Amino acid sequence: MPASSLATDTAQLTGAQVIVKALQDQGVELIFGYPGGAVLPLYDVLFQQDKIRHILVRHEQAAVHAAEGYARSTGKVGVVLVTSGPGATNTVTGLTDALMDSTPIVCLTGQVPTHMIGNDAFQEADTVGITRPCTKHNYLVKRPEDLARIIHEAFHVARSGRPGPVVVDLPKNIQMGKAPYVGPEAVRLRGYHPRREPDLARVEEAIELLLRAQRPIFYVGGGVINAGPAACVLLTELVRATGAPITLTLMGLGAYPASDPQFLGMLGMHGTYEANMAMYSCDLMLAIGARFDDRVTGRLDGFSPHSKKVHVDIDPSSINKNVVVDVPIVGDAELTLLAMLDCFRRRANEHDPERLTAWWQQIAKWREVDSLRFRQDGKAIKPQTAIKRLWEKTRDRDVYVTTDVGQHQMWAAQHFKFDKPMRWLTSGGLGTMGFGFPAAIGVQLAHPKATVLCISGDASFVMNMQEMSTAMQYRLPIKTFILNNQYMGMVRQWQDFFHGSRHAESYMDALPDFVKLAEAFGAVGLRATTIDELDPVIDAALAADRPVIVDVVVERMENVYPMIPGGAAHNEIKLSPEDNGPHEPISEEGMVLV
Amino acid sequence: MRTNEEERRHTIVVLVDNEPGVLARVIGLFSGRGYNIDSLTVAEVDKARGLSRINIVTSGTRVVIEQIKALLAKLVPVHKVQDLTVEGPAVERELALVKVVGDRERLIQALRIADFMHARLVDSRPDSLIFEVTGTSDELDAFIALVEPLEVSRAGVVAIARGPKALLPDQG
Repeated sequence: MPASSLATDTAQLTGAQVIVKALQDQGVELIFGYPGGAVLPLYDVLFQQDKIRHILVRHEQAAVHAAEGYARSTGKVGVVLVTSGPGATNTVTGLTDALMDSTPIVCLTGQVPTHMIGNDAFQEADTVGITRPCTKHNYLVKRPEDLARIIHEAFHVARSGRPGPVVVDLPKNIQMGKAPYVGPEAVRLRGYHPRREPDLARVEEAIELLLRAQRPIFYVGGGVINAGPAACVLLTELVRATGAPITLTLMGLGAYPASDPQFLGMLGMHGTYEANMAMYSCDLMLAIGARFDDRVTGRLDGFSPHSKKVHVDIDPSSINKNVVVDVPIVGDAELTLLAMLDCFRRRANEHDPERLTAWWQQIAKWREVDSLRFRQDGKAIKPQTAIKRLWEKTRDRDVYVTTDVGQHQMWAAQHFKFDKPMRWLTSGGLGTMGFGFPAAIGVQLAHPKATVLCISGDASFVMNMQEMSTAMQYRLPIKTFILNNQYMGMVRQWQDFFHGSRHAESYMDALPDFVKLAEAFGAVGLRATTIDELDPVIDAALAADRPVIVDVVVERMENVYPMIPGGAAHNEIKLSPEDNGPHEPISEEGMVLV
Repeated sequence: MRTNEEERRHTIVVLVDNEPGVLARVIGLFSGRGYNIDSLTVAEVDKARGLSRINIVTSGTRVVIEQIKALLAKLVPVHKVQDLTVEGPAVERELALVKVVGDRERLIQALRIADFMHARLVDSRPDSLIFEVTGTSDELDAFIALVEPLEVSRAGVVAIARGPKALLPDQG
C-alpha cells in the first residue's frame, strides 16, 4: 500500500507506516539518520512521503549531535534514525551527551527480527541494554500493537520534566507487520508525572531570604534555557527587580543578557574572578536550573561556605546531590520564576536596594582585576582576539555558535557575549570533542537564514570532519573557525600545570591542510596566520554562501585563564601564568580530579 | 559527596510496572554509581494492574540514600518509592532454606536447634536435612551460625509498613 494514503486507512498500516505517521503527528520536520538493513522498511516509507525531511549524515554519532543542535536551538525534540548493531552503538556518545546536557532526543534504532534477538545475528547488538544507562528511558518494541503508543510516549518522556534522550528499538519484523495506529493521546505512563508547580511556601521562604540578604547572587544554568524563552524573560525581570548580581554556568550562557551590568560573567573553573569570588563570598545563593557540577563548585568543602542556598530544579535527584541546600524547590523554572516574581512584587515595599551597596562596591573591586584580560602584541593571533573579533563582527547578525571541547570552547565562552538564549550550543556535561560541527548542521537546518558559527580546535574538528560532506550535500553555509595551535590545547595546559610540562601525546602531528581539506569537499577554505589577516578572513567567511573552514593559526602556547585548579576553592583562582600568589601546591586529592 | 556521616542500613520498597528491563534499570542505577545492594527481592504483587514490588536493602549515608530514592523515583516505570527505615515502623521478614549434612548425632543436634528456633523441617534423608526458617535477617543469621549448614539459600528481605497506610499506585 502506498504511504500517500497513510492518513485515510489506518487499519491497514504496516509498522513502518505507523511509525512515520506517529512522527508526523508529533510534528517532526527533520530526521537525522543513516540507513541500513534493519531500517529499510522505515526508509521505504519515508521515501514515499514529503512531510518529514531526512538528513543523511556520514556517521551516526553526528546524527545525534545534529539532532541536539536542532533541539537546543529550537526547543523541539530532535529525531535520529539509525540501523541496528553498529548504527546503534555509534549513537552512544551522542546519547550520553544529550543525557548529560538534558537535551530532548528520540532515537529510533533498527533491530534484527524478534525471533533472532539473542542469536548473535548479523548487525545485532543489545541496544536497550547498551543504551539503558545513557538514556532517560528506552524501549524495545516487541508487539506491533504497542508501536504507536511507544513512539508517542518516547516524545512525551524526551520533552517533559528534565528533558533527555529516549531510544526506541524497532525489530525489522515489527516494522513490516500490520499494526494499528493510535494518536498522541494514547500515552499511558502511569508512574511518570514530573512535578512542574513549585511549592509556594518554599518560594515564599526563598523570597524572604532574598529580601534580607546583604550579599545575594543568582547562579543560573541551562535548566532555565530548557524551560523556554519565557523563563529567561522572567529571570531577567526578577534579577533586575532585585538588583542582585547574576552568574551563569557554561550551559546557561544567554539565559540572561551578557551585556547587562548585573551579569558577572560565567563562573567555575574558567569563570571570571568576580563571579567566582561573589559565589565564594555571598550570603545567599539562588541556584536555578543548575546542578552544582564539579566544574562549577571546585573543592566542595570550600564552596560558598557562608551562604544560605536556595535550589530550584525540575529534577529532584539534582537537589542535595553535591551540595546540601537550605531551601530545595522542585519545579519548572518558568513556573517557579513566575511565582518568585509574584511573591517579590507583592513584598516590594520590604525591598531596600540600599542594602546591596556595599556588595556592589566589593564586586566592582573584583571586576577591576579584569580577569579575562589578555595582551594582543606582535603578529601572532591570540585565540582570545580571534573570538573577540568574531563576536564583534557578528553582533548585528542573527547568530548561533556551536563549539567543540577544549581551550577554544572556554575562550568562546569567555569572549563571545550572548544576549539571547538558545544561541550558544556546547557540550558541557560530557565534554564531547566532535560535537560542534554536526551540531552546527542541526542548527543551520533549523535556521536556514541565520549565521551559524562553529568555533572549533584542530584536534576536535578532525573528530567529525566527515560531516563536511553532509554540509555540502544540503548547502549549509556553516562557518567553521578552527583555532589551530597544533595541540590538544587543554590537555597540554593540564600537562603544563600538573605534569611537569611533559606533553605526552598532546601534540597534533600530521594535521591536514585545512584549506585544502575544505576545497576537497567543495567548500571554501581560508587561512589567517597573522593579526592583519584576521579581519579580512572573517569578512570573507561571513560572506560565503557555502560551508567555510577558516584555519586560524593562533599563538601556540597560550593557556586559558583564569583557572581554578582541580581540588581548589573559588577564592584560590589563578589569574595568569605569572600568578604564583598565595596558592597551596595542588593536593593529591586535586590531582585525581579530571 | 564527602561526608563523615555514618552509613546506615535502609530498607526501600519500590512499586514498579511489571515490564521487561525494569529490574535492570533499578540494579543499573545502583551499580552505575557504585552503590551496594545488600538484598533484593522482586515479584508481581498486582496482576490486574501489572505491578511488581521490589524490596531493596542498601547501606549509605543520609545524602546517598536520599539520592538513591530520588533516582529510583525518576525512573519512568517506577510508581512509588518508600523508605521503611525512615518512614517506619515496618515488619521485615526473610526466608531461608538451610541444608545440614552429617552423621546421625549431628542431624539430631540440628533438629533440636530447629525446634527451639522455630525452623520447619521440609526434607529429611538419612544423611541430610533441609530446614525452612523465616524471621528477621538477624534471626536467620543466628540459626545459620548454630546449625553450621553445608548450603544455604536465602530469599532476601521482604518488608511492609505497620499500620493502615499502604503503598499503592496513584489511580489511573
